[in-house]
Amino acid sequence: MDLENQGRIKEIAEKYGQDEVIVVLGNADPGGAEVFAETVTIGDPSYAGPLAGVSLGLPVYHIFELKSEVDPSVWQENVEMMELVLDVEGLVNSIKERREKYSKYSIPV
Amino acid sequence: MKPVVKGVALSLFHVPTLMAYYGNVPYYERVFKPDSEYLSKLSSTLRTYDEAVKYPPNQVFIGNYSPEELRKIKRPWLINENLTANREGEFGEIFNELEFFGWLKIADSFELVWLEKNFLVQVKEIISRHSLFYQSDLKDLGEGKELYEIKAELAKGGAVPLFYGLEIIGCVRNGHAYDENLKGYPLLEKLANKASSVVVLRQVISNCAMEAKSIDFIIESSEEAVGDMFQPGGGDLAKAIAEKAQCLNANGVDVRAFCAGPAGAIIIASSLVKSGLFKNVVVIGGGSVPKLGMNSREHVAKGLTPLEDCLGAVAVLISEDDGISPVINLDSVGRHKVGTGSSPQAITTALVSDPLKMLGLNFTDVDKYAPELHNPEITEPAGAGDVPLANIKMIAALATMQGEIKRDQMDRFIVEKGIVGFSPTQGHIPSGVPILGWARKEILIDNWKRVMVIGKGSLFLARMTNLAEGFSFLVEKNEPVTELTQPTTLSREYIREVIIEVLQEMSGKFGG
Repeated sequence: MDLENQGRIKEIAEKYGQDEVIVVLGNADPGGAEVFAETVTIGDPSYAGPLAGVSLGLPVYHIFELKSEVDPSVWQENVEMMELVLDVEGLVNSIKERREKYSKYSIPV
Repeated sequence: MKPVVKGVALSLFHVPTLMAYYGNVPYYERVFKPDSEYLSKLSSTLRTYDEAVKYPPNQVFIGNYSPEELRKIKRPWLINENLTANREGEFGEIFNELEFFGWLKIADSFELVWLEKNFLVQVKEIISRHSLFYQSDLKDLGEGKELYEIKAELAKGGAVPLFYGLEIIGCVRNGHAYDENLKGYPLLEKLANKASSVVVLRQVISNCAMEAKSIDFIIESSEEAVGDMFQPGGGDLAKAIAEKAQCLNANGVDVRAFCAGPAGAIIIASSLVKSGLFKNVVVIGGGSVPKLGMNSREHVAKGLTPLEDCLGAVAVLISEDDGISPVINLDSVGRHKVGTGSSPQAITTALVSDPLKMLGLNFTDVDKYAPELHNPEITEPAGAGDVPLANIKMIAALATMQGEIKRDQMDRFIVEKGIVGFSPTQGHIPSGVPILGWARKEILIDNWKRVMVIGKGSLFLARMTNLAEGFSFLVEKNEPVTELTQPTTLSREYIREVIIEVLQEMSGKFGG
């Protein structure tokens, strides 16, 4: 996750409270999704950005996990194509595993 | 007037030492962590020139292997040593680093590049035999400098040394006392871009058996803005390149949109030809020094050879209709507009589906899509995946959603309509346009009829907008237009002209 996005997430979590924020990822590959999920829970694994050593423990989801929360027409217009292209199960599993292990907060889905 | 792809030049410059010192990632590593393990490993894993020539994607780039042949070659491509390879191809050539320094010196109009005397003798010996070498280049190459003069220049500060292997063989001098834009390092980047551009401009003129004076206009579309401290991006590489290729009747402009620059520039060039304003317009994208070794940290960490050791350059000549060359269809072009949105689906719809619909075409009416042409052997180890494959998958998915193909036909669509990535990760170079060499060739021999070229650029990198940019256009077989000998109906325009003529006659007769 680039340094600027790490800074933005840290700022938002501090401003609104860690229990009031969720992170929704749109990563295309499970490997990248794992790194992003770790960054917003236990901190930047590369120790390069503002979240290095900062354990926000935010609830983190892939957009594919939130289909029931999204207006079907918006979903069809913006996400449906990528459902056909990406490894949905792999992405969801990689994030879910890290969320269950590292997130300190959660929302019911 | 139909604009056609009259010729294409695609060349590579194998510059491993330049990568190790002046690719942006190694350069800043050297500034901040000069003793790092990455730097020491990088220098010991550089690819030889022969390996770069034999590398199958490079052979596709210059026009020897077709993209379809590349698909059949087993990966990793780097170890396919038994394949026949040639430094010269139908579109261009793979130059070595020694030759590159010669072209760099030829591109220099301000005595900024100094090459050591004995090294320059070697350079002259090789480069002066090249078919693209002009006699006037001898004067530009000069006589060289003594090593002590080069070292004294470096000691002044602001200049950067040029290495060939481990030896200092020259320098790029400081261009101004305190202007950061004109220090040795940025000037090296810009001169390298100019040098590679000059070569491909000469090459495209040669490939088309034209005279340089026939070129009317140049559009330079790389990612190297030139300028000084008062207007850092305000300069113009186009004319500087044209000058060194003796295009005496040309001038030009620079057009930038990160990786979408060349695709946008092709549309502009084609429009200038279609309007009748110019007959021959060349779109150029030269090599990018900062992008050399961009993913080398990841390559080195995984024990792989850093493959981003080549500058890539492309020149495309768009000309008035010759009745043969493939046509750029301007009846419909794809654009990522401000209101398009930023989801992959919205972008793919705007760049692929919308322009096809406007022409009444289906996804399957296009033989090949060239959305991004990054070599996956470079991007995959860095975690960026197979970019061309990801893009053609999105196009196949959209075709499925729109009911044009069935879901179980997606895999076949992806193989049949996709292009295996063969381009070095030189920013604007992979983004669609390098397919024009093969598109022209395959369309001329009736293997393909229609190719869609798609360029996408990450505008947000410049911090001026969160948006990206995108253009697409179709290249098609040049079908003869059926000319009507007599108008079958009277057009409104014709009637209007007749009325104006009659009124003018009347005003002449009865006017005061």
